[in-house]
Amino acid sequence: MNWEVIIKWLPRLAEGAMLTLELVAIAVVAGLILAIPMGIARASRHWYVRALPYGYIFFFRGTPLLVQLFLVYYGLAQFDAVREGPLWPYLRSPYWCAILTMTLHTAAYIAEILRGAIQAVPSGEVEAARALGMSRFQTMFYIILPRAARIGLPAYSNEVILMLKASSLASTVTLLELTGMARTIIARTYLPVEIFFAAGMFYLLIAFILVRGFKLLEHWLRVDACQGR
Amino acid sequence: MTLDLYGFGPALAAGTLMTIKLALSALALGLVLGLLGALAKTSPYKPLQWLGGTYSTIVRGIPELLWVLLIYFGTVQLMRNLADLLGIESLELSAFAAGTIALGICFGAYATEVFRGAILAIPKGHREAGQALGLSRPRIFWRLILPQMWRIALPGLGNLFMILMKDTALVSVIGLEEIMRRSQIAVTSSKEPFTFFLVAAFIYLGLTIVAMIGLHFLEKRSSRGFIRSAG
Repeated sequence: MNWEVIIKWLPRLAEGAMLTLELVAIAVVAGLILAIPMGIARASRHWYVRALPYGYIFFFRGTPLLVQLFLVYYGLAQFDAVREGPLWPYLRSPYWCAILTMTLHTAAYIAEILRGAIQAVPSGEVEAARALGMSRFQTMFYIILPRAARIGLPAYSNEVILMLKASSLASTVTLLELTGMARTIIARTYLPVEIFFAAGMFYLLIAFILVRGFKLLEHWLRVDACQGR
Repeated sequence: MTLDLYGFGPALAAGTLMTIKLALSALALGLVLGLLGALAKTSPYKPLQWLGGTYSTIVRGIPELLWVLLIYFGTVQLMRNLADLLGIESLELSAFAAGTIALGICFGAYATEVFRGAILAIPKGHREAGQALGLSRPRIFWRLILPQMWRIALPGLGNLFMILMKDTALVSVIGLEEIMRRSQIAVTSSKEPFTFFLVAAFIYLGLTIVAMIGLHFLEKRSSRGFIRSAG
């Protein structure tokens, strides 16, 4: 193991790690915002409300992220309407394509988590809220969603870590995030083992910090107390 | 958008076959690694527990793509040394072998946790009954634990297999001619990226549906004789 090389390229790898963090942070936050209406619709009692998010979730969970990324980054350029449209400056940049794809991808998974969490809210609590005279809308916002957020939080933290790992795919559309940066450095140094090892350590470190952070958040939101444990 | 695929249909079919082969061979390797990992993690020996824990923690914390690249590009020097040692001209890992190893290692790390949960779910009394009958430890595992474990582990393994099947797309990065690579080749000559990547997406969806149906039957078969609890 050539430690000097690793130390020499550490700042560049850290640069890549920053981009990785940026991609993941934007994707999981935007994905969450997108997933909330979808999760609520997915938990609906009416089949016609459920159908649309179901189709969306089925497509995004049933196909690899790499295919979705290529569909957006390479695929959209096939249509003249897209190339002449106002969004083209964004859709031609790998950065925005990666963010768009990762957001759409993770939104499908988060919506499914949210559906499970909404359905896991004890029906007695919902009935109590309705008996107190809350409207359906109020029940959703003051009772069901805060409760579902705590039930779904552990699964959401899993999803964030999965997205951290999925973000390595952005390197296939020329983005220099952690994996992309590692590949670029290897093209110069011809030392795949050392550099990939260092990149792997970065991922482990980030995952470790995320796990700790979510533990703190769970503590802060008193998730344990809510589960009656 | 025309749907005759410009004569690339057979190529995509061959790619699909390659994807299935890769998924199944990675599954085989992953199941073995997962079982070994779970046995190590549940063993009474501290070093083995540590080994199993480290394996599943480290592998699960690093992206699959990085494993694929590391195994493919990182073993070149190793294989060269091995070839020198054996006196062979050249020795290298094919993309298929590297993909199988990388995806198998990743599948094994997740399967370790699934199998561990399943082993712990077997009532202690069954193991004690085996000991009372004078069975050796390996025999208890093969005859008592393993047959009961499958039923509990199957849903978890099914989920992992779906993930594995989608992860096979990553091996296209090192040039294995599976669905993704074949569609990329088709894109370069047809200049219709959306068409071909959409076709690839639907092939993956089809594979997922077939796997779901297969799993449904396996689960039904493995839970023969068990009454499904109400709900």
